[in-house]
Amino acid sequence: MSKIVLRGRKINGGSAEGVALVTRESLGGFGCFDFDTGKVIDFGHELYGQDVSGKILVFRTGKGSSAWSIAHQALRFVGKSPKAYITKESNPQTVLGAVVARVPAVTEFDQDPTEVISTGDWVKVDADKGLVEITKK
Amino acid sequence: MELLLKYAEGLGAERFVDTNNVTIIAGSIPDIKIVQKVVPSLDADEIASKFFLDSDETVVLDKVKAFTTTNATFRDQRYPDLQRGGKSHCDLLQKMVDYLKRVGVIHLATCTPYQVGNLPMKGEHCAWTESSAVAFCNSVLGGRTNIEGLHSSFASAVTGKTPLWGMHLDENRLGKVIIDVEIDVELLRDWYLIGYYVGGQVGLDVPIYTNIRKIPDMPRLMGMCAAGIAGGSIVKFHIVGITLEAPTLEAASGNRKGLQVLKYGKSERRIAYEKLNHSDSDKVDIVVLGCPHAGLDRMRVIAGMLEGKKINKNTRLYVTTCHPMKHVADQQGYTEIITKAGGSVWEDSCGLVLDVDPSTVFACDSAKMANYLPGETGSKNTWFGTTEECIQAALTGKWRGELK
Repeated sequence: MSKIVLRGRKINGGSAEGVALVTRESLGGFGCFDFDTGKVIDFGHELYGQDVSGKILVFRTGKGSSAWSIAHQALRFVGKSPKAYITKESNPQTVLGAVVARVPAVTEFDQDPTEVISTGDWVKVDADKGLVEITKK
Repeated sequence: MELLLKYAEGLGAERFVDTNNVTIIAGSIPDIKIVQKVVPSLDADEIASKFFLDSDETVVLDKVKAFTTTNATFRDQRYPDLQRGGKSHCDLLQKMVDYLKRVGVIHLATCTPYQVGNLPMKGEHCAWTESSAVAFCNSVLGGRTNIEGLHSSFASAVTGKTPLWGMHLDENRLGKVIIDVEIDVELLRDWYLIGYYVGGQVGLDVPIYTNIRKIPDMPRLMGMCAAGIAGGSIVKFHIVGITLEAPTLEAASGNRKGLQVLKYGKSERRIAYEKLNHSDSDKVDIVVLGCPHAGLDRMRVIAGMLEGKKINKNTRLYVTTCHPMKHVADQQGYTEIITKAGGSVWEDSCGLVLDVDPSTVFACDSAKMANYLPGETGSKNTWFGTTEECIQAALTGKWRGELK
């Protein structure tokens, strides 16, 4: 099984592993999730209809409303949080969102994670070291 | 404040800067079902601790340190049954309004604080929430703010500090990508469309719009701000010859050469328009105007279009603003004109919180509203166009909008 290692910068510490859910698009918060199912309801988004709960969520960066952090904290409160965030670029929404969702998060890698990682890959995140290990499906 | 330290570290900020201008988006806490699950007693201090500060321990605050005002979305307390969550969520938000006043936060209840008493000065360090207001503060007013969330802004309100990062630093305010505007940007609709298209193209980069010659009024700039960050992440832009920090292209870009150039012409405008218009039916159930919150000029224009007319019996019309602005509209007679025509002027709320059947067909004159309506209300049927087209839809119950 081939493994790929990406090196990036810690946003929020901790470690996690799980199945990747990947989009090259930016991801919103407000109006973006169904809190009963954990599914993306942002109409027209690449991840529309996909369940983010328990996934290693890989996306370009945060977009849209400043209620981003509220939505991502609410996912934690209803038990539908992703296990980790991996972003190509970080912005205040993704950083604060990761802090209040209390999940490990890494950004600014040596390669574009939205290109290298595919949905369904098995991903291990060691945020404190900024390391992400990918096992292709 | 541990939260603020973790946030600053995650951003890569090395230190903090003092701020005495904060806006908080407290009205966007989750539905009461989620709040009650986390805080069964619905105690205001405990809700504020968990949902505003992400603290597991309950913190009882005396007063916030910084000048702080509230954003939308709260609720119009007169119509609990028409807004999601009904009376119980309305009551919860009123409880949090009372809490915020107790701790010294000024309740403006608007996504446009700059219209009603919180107007940042050029260079002022702010910690603002509400995406469209963040873009307006940075781009139009020359104030300095990142796009804060509820948790970081409330922590800034309490401490008077915000991370010295991003938009607080000169070098990050310079434009990185040029938008070569090939067509006239004239109608309010067109300002939303250009913002929405470019928002989808530039990622986190600051765009510099060139070749826009006609000076926009405030509603047009509000539209560009709202669209660029609803459709993307634009927290600041420059318009050469128009916005405060862009007297010339050189000033806006910091004399950097070889910047990427994106074209904005008829086909790009069409792409944005098509993305915002998606309905199977030409009938219109609800028309929403006032996103961002309508100011006095919009009120004047809307009242002028409705004077002496009656809207269709199968169509509802809402004009949303905040209570300070509605007070003036009431005094001026605009509210009465709109109400007599069969419409409704809402204060402190937002069309996005309307409790509707998913089959409802909306029409609006805001790209931000059109962008968020499907996710927030569950209705996928949205028309976007000019204010005139929206008023016609309210009068006739039919959508006849088009982009020529």
